Amino acid sequence: MSNTISIRKGLNIRLVGEAKKEIKDISVSSTVGISPLDFHGLTPKMVVKEGDVVKVGDVLFFDKKEASIKFVSPVSGTVKSIVRGEKRRIINVLISTDGKQTAKKFDVAKASDFTAEDIKLLLLESGFWSTIKQRPLDVIANPNNQAKGFFVSSFDSSPLAPDYEYVLGDDFENLQKGFDALSKLTGDKVHLSSKPNSIFTKIKGVKHHSFDGLHPAGNVGTQMHHIDPVNKGEFVWSMNIQEVAAFGRLLSEGTVQATRKVALTGSELKNPQYVNVVKGTEMSAILDKAVEGSNVRYISGNVLTGDQKHLTDFLGHYHNQVTVIPEGNEYKFFLTTGWLGHGFDKFSNSRLFPTFLLPKSKKFTLDTNTNGEERAFVVSGELERVFPFDILPVQLTKAAITQDIDGMENLGIYEVAPEDFALCEYVCTTKINIQEKIRQGLDLIASECM
Amino acid sequence: MKFLEKYLHKMEPHFIKGGKYEKWNPLFETLATFAFTPKLVTTKGTHIRDGVDLKRTMFTVVIALIPCLLFGIYNTGHWEYAVAEGNRDIPYFAEMGAKFLTGLTIVLPVVVVSYGVGLTIEFIFGMLRGHALHEGFLVSGMLIPLTMPADVPLWMVAIATAFAVIIGKEIFGGTGMNVVNIALTARAFLFFAYPTSMSGDKVWMSGLSEKMSTNTADLDGFSGATALGDLASFMSDKATVAGETVQSSMALQNFSSEYGVWESFIGMIPGSIGETSTLACLIGGLLLVLTGVGSLRIILSFFAGGFIMGLLLNMIGGNAYLDLAAHHHLVIGGFAFGAVFMATDPVTASQTAFGKIIYGFLGGFLAIMIRVLNPAYPEGVFLAILFMNIMAPIIDHYIIQANINRRLKRLKTA
Repeated sequence: MSNTISIRKGLNIRLVGEAKKEIKDISVSSTVGISPLDFHGLTPKMVVKEGDVVKVGDVLFFDKKEASIKFVSPVSGTVKSIVRGEKRRIINVLISTDGKQTAKKFDVAKASDFTAEDIKLLLLESGFWSTIKQRPLDVIANPNNQAKGFFVSSFDSSPLAPDYEYVLGDDFENLQKGFDALSKLTGDKVHLSSKPNSIFTKIKGVKHHSFDGLHPAGNVGTQMHHIDPVNKGEFVWSMNIQEVAAFGRLLSEGTVQATRKVALTGSELKNPQYVNVVKGTEMSAILDKAVEGSNVRYISGNVLTGDQKHLTDFLGHYHNQVTVIPEGNEYKFFLTTGWLGHGFDKFSNSRLFPTFLLPKSKKFTLDTNTNGEERAFVVSGELERVFPFDILPVQLTKAAITQDIDGMENLGIYEVAPEDFALCEYVCTTKINIQEKIRQGLDLIASECM
Repeated sequence: MKFLEKYLHKMEPHFIKGGKYEKWNPLFETLATFAFTPKLVTTKGTHIRDGVDLKRTMFTVVIALIPCLLFGIYNTGHWEYAVAEGNRDIPYFAEMGAKFLTGLTIVLPVVVVSYGVGLTIEFIFGMLRGHALHEGFLVSGMLIPLTMPADVPLWMVAIATAFAVIIGKEIFGGTGMNVVNIALTARAFLFFAYPTSMSGDKVWMSGLSEKMSTNTADLDGFSGATALGDLASFMSDKATVAGETVQSSMALQNFSSEYGVWESFIGMIPGSIGETSTLACLIGGLLLVLTGVGSLRIILSFFAGGFIMGLLLNMIGGNAYLDLAAHHHLVIGGFAFGAVFMATDPVTASQTAFGKIIYGFLGGFLAIMIRVLNPAYPEGVFLAILFMNIMAPIIDHYIIQANINRRLKRLKTA
């Protein structure tokens, strides 16, 4: 066990609406949706057509550029429709569920003798490969590359995030199986980062690291940077720990288990709690009668990196959390709740607001108002306070905005993902959409340098 | 306030694209966003945003300038009184109300002209570019009057402001894009374009030049110079009192009796409207540092740089300027004002943490160097800061390069 790395540059945004440790089963909605848009940069090639009957684990579509990466159905039923948007881009694959959840059988009888190649094949065939992300670029890992490290974080430090000790506490056996397989896949290069004294330190066969301190301590990008940073020409992979457990279950049972424990959080929920829910379930089924008020925003994921959803949309592929917060689409008079107000209702990392005077136990209800208009960068030293990397965030963002490829390479674009900049975006006085700029920078790198 | 909000809702359609007054949208938007934080919501990325915005940030700087402004008004009034009586030594803290009102009649028009001209130009550019007023000028508009001598003609303020806003800022793209500090651009413009109105010994007290030209007898032996100007003239007086062996210390003695450290610290000396009181500057600086708007790194290193240069010059010694105690340098002229309000401008200062220390240190260092070694420019502070504004990107370049090299080295060893 190595020494604890304490993250001091960061910010814990204290929101109202943490999930209580109670679990409720949500029955699968009559329609589920798998959206290729959840996978950045993916061009899907359909395997099924409308009207086809599918089982849990049947391939729906694959990656046109890398045909071995497959995307499977989380439910059994019939393909209802393939929703297309502009230029016939596939937006969603809708499946009418039959409620039986009959599952495709994978041959795992000799799982303990699997070679690295067998494991890779199983990951690809069962759709689990789509949960492995690579850096650079923060996209689905390219199976043809060799990763120099495989990183898993056993805790999520983002606002109102699910507690994986609660989520996976009773699934240790499968988790261990999943980690064993990943170790085999990568040649013992699995790094598991946990909080000090976490139950996950009992996992065997991985390199343990201990992280503490402020968000983004739980982000896998922060952990990579402090353990073994990515250089140009190298690849590292990462996977959510709940997916590791689910893959472990596939290895022992031979079927894809698409149910996840998801935290329902946010100030607008009557009863924030955990739910068991199948991937791709409709938001309205998840949030049935759970929300107070109507002028709210539904987010699949957390408030920093999640996706805005409507009730008719579906739970995102990578998300273990649903957040509901009030919309901020109203004027705020400048002296009361606006820009010159007392500000006790606002959560700010800046000392221009009294947040820093309030007790640490005080939690806030924040809405989606931007609290100001976008401007050019003016303030300096602000993003650095919440960015625990040896990277200059403002300069890298500016290089991304100006499409300066050399600049981005030099300043460390290969190490970062948009989510690493989420806090920077939150605290930015000039309200610049930094995550979007970084994503555009990464897209440029993908097309020009990879 | 519901009434105002309703009115805003009613008027909005006229000003958006396709409305009757579409052209005036920037003006409408500016006023509306000052009265109400707009109903914009996040669309991409994070769904929540920090409460802080540029309006609050800039407004805080304006608040921080208020001690300087109030003291400047009083100080201006005091010296107006001194001129009227033809006596420099009238008690400082007497007839305070009257002095303040007199000062107000002198300073307020300068402030009004600065804001009036600057905001008008900003609005014109805003309308040309189709965006609302960006907040930067809220601060510049207050800084410009505070760097002016009390006797400055208003038309000069107007020209200087126009020059600074157009050439210093808008041609670069507006708030956040400028290379050099706006207020100092205005000051430098006047200093070089109208040197007789910006330096010498007649401009620092309101009404002095007028009185001198009409009624010289009254003012026999009356000096209207600033501390720095006086010190410079003590130096050149050297030749006239030839034969003395201890001229430097004599000059210093004269100087110190006129401008004691304590008086200078409080600001009871003639000078530009807002710069004289180190105390007021430090109160403002405290607010900036506590709120995190001003960089403590820059302020401290600026003072440190000036102090160390002062010590070095003391070691050389030889004339009144060189012998003036290092700590005394920090409280006269615009040194404190520059350190707190000018050098810390985040757009034109260094942006990296270590860069800020170098930037501040060299700024203070150069300010005292220019002040002492080139008596033609006794007020070296604004020149030093302007110079460091130009140098800041170079400092940052090396800091950034060091970061890049660390990454390259890691690649090589990996």
